[in-house]
Amino acid sequence: MIRRTRYVASEAFPRSRRRRAADVAFRVGALAALAIVVAPVVWVMADVVARAIPHWRWSVLVTSTVGTGGGLENAILGTLVLLLGVLVLAGTVGILAGVYLAEFAGLGRSGKPRGRLLRAATEILSGVPSIALGLVGYLALVTGFHWGYSLLAALIVLSVMVIPYIARGTETALRQVPTSYREGAQALGMPAGYALRKVILRTAFPGIVTSLLIALAISGGETAPLLYTAGWFTGTPRASLLHQPIGYLTYPVWTFWDYPSNEAHYLAFDAALILLVIVLVLLVTARVIVNRTQRFAESRRP
Amino acid sequence: MATIDRAATGKPVAARHEPASLATALRRCAAFLRRNEPHLWTWGGRTAALVPLVALTLTVLVLTLKAWPAIKVNGAHFLVGSDWKPGNTYGATVHTDGVAHPLGSSYGAWPLIAGTLQSSVIAIVIAVPVSVGTAFALTERIPRWLAEILRSAIEILAGVPSVLIGLWGALTLGPLLANDVYPVIADHMPDIPVFSYFRGPTYHGEGLLTSGIVLALMIVPIIASTTRNLFAQVPPLPKEGGEALGMTDWEVGRRITIPWVRSGIIGATMLGLGRALGETIAVAMVSGSLLNTIAPNIYGTMGTIAAALVTQLDSAFTDGTGFEVRTLAELAVVLVGVLLVVNMLGRLIIRRTGHLDAPAGQGY
Repeated sequence: MIRRTRYVASEAFPRSRRRRAADVAFRVGALAALAIVVAPVVWVMADVVARAIPHWRWSVLVTSTVGTGGGLENAILGTLVLLLGVLVLAGTVGILAGVYLAEFAGLGRSGKPRGRLLRAATEILSGVPSIALGLVGYLALVTGFHWGYSLLAALIVLSVMVIPYIARGTETALRQVPTSYREGAQALGMPAGYALRKVILRTAFPGIVTSLLIALAISGGETAPLLYTAGWFTGTPRASLLHQPIGYLTYPVWTFWDYPSNEAHYLAFDAALILLVIVLVLLVTARVIVNRTQRFAESRRP
Repeated sequence: MATIDRAATGKPVAARHEPASLATALRRCAAFLRRNEPHLWTWGGRTAALVPLVALTLTVLVLTLKAWPAIKVNGAHFLVGSDWKPGNTYGATVHTDGVAHPLGSSYGAWPLIAGTLQSSVIAIVIAVPVSVGTAFALTERIPRWLAEILRSAIEILAGVPSVLIGLWGALTLGPLLANDVYPVIADHMPDIPVFSYFRGPTYHGEGLLTSGIVLALMIVPIIASTTRNLFAQVPPLPKEGGEALGMTDWEVGRRITIPWVRSGIIGATMLGLGRALGETIAVAMVSGSLLNTIAPNIYGTMGTIAAALVTQLDSAFTDGTGFEVRTLAELAVVLVGVLLVVNMLGRLIIRRTGHLDAPAGQGY
């Protein structure tokens, strides 16, 4: 696995035992670092699975939470509703923003690059911690607008959180569309909007879907902002945007894991497992799409 | 109806004899959309691209406005004091500078600020060498197919919900470290200034070092993938030149690759630092979530700003004057302010090293 360096006899760098030892230490160190990073990925997942499996019962999927016991149907459905809402809200806004930044914000009439402020704001927003966004959602939406713990407040906060990722992913995907495609579309006389829809967006589609899936994985695993905006609800989600709290899978994990009862612990572990499965499905799908499309792309990235 | 029709077709209304049905209406709508498509894309995109800017401005504005009374009342004591007393929330309300707050309330967030900095510094100290090593291994030393798999694993680590990492840290990693690892380190550390910080009681696994380790795990994907991309951009010729001179891999790495992208690595570190400072749930689960204690040694329980923001919410509601909520907003202002600076610096540095065609020019 480790390629041996071919030492070339040279006056500039004479061989010595010390240099050789440093080189070996470096390689071992690099591989050890890699192991240190990869091992916990497996460990965390195995741990979540190992905690949930011994007490797993399928009824968790179809019964709702009662106090600290019962099942997780309400939380699973709530998370799915939230994901769907984020997909619609953040997906629309994020993709449109990415399209604008990549296609329309090029050079202004005066020749200066436009959209720099917008792009900077997008980047900085992705660095604001989710708990701060959640607190703002609580202060502005839940209490300020008197929406109460509600689906809409949670959706807005989660969307604001992931829009930067989607916008950035869309922009990157659009920039990787070969220039010849655009020129070809133009040469065929396509109107700009038609070319954008039928040629450019279609080519960039896998990249956009990938960023959407990653955004969904992030929002599905989020806890802190939801505690402030979605509250917690033990019934199945209701068709109401306002004044109606909603359950979600991270809540039982965060709340029940240190309750003094086994029943609560099992519920937390089950929720962790279901959450892990949902997030992994999203992430692995995204990864597969990336690999598939890169294989057929014109130029592979280094 | 007539005006819409004219707008949609541009022909006189009388020339058309279609029955007014849903299908016609839809068709006219589609025609209208198609004719105005470029404008729709431009304006829709422009509006959407404004959303992050508006959201960012509102975030800062709402937090500052909400926190302003607390900033006035808590004053400088908030940054240097070490007490976190909501006061008697069921008792008398007093007014300071016209701001209502419970009798005896006094907030000093220094332990939280210190805890945030300490845990993040520990995370950076662990994560940076590990990330750079990982990046080296991924770009240079491993067959491509294996590197792809390992890279995917690291990207998956970046996506694992922090509540799951917190659960693992609190139930598995923390106890393991506290039982088998910390006591060994604590017993063998010499009693000299820096190392004595590693001595003393090792508690139960919830504390500063555990938080730092868990945070390191969460920021490694960010630093490692950025560094890997930077390494991949270093042109091969200088590296091959170094190898031709008889340099070992270590020397090529230390004298050519790393200097070439040094500021990029610093920028990636800043991004990781930003994530570590703002991480909430996992730290709240493994730090012990104290409010007014600075860890006495590296194993001690402590708290961070972000963790306090999430754990103090319930207690803040019991304050009828709303002063504790305002104080939490002030805490968030401190956090967001620090993070904005850290993130902007990081992105500036990374952008400056974005184009790497220029020769290293570092004297190597």
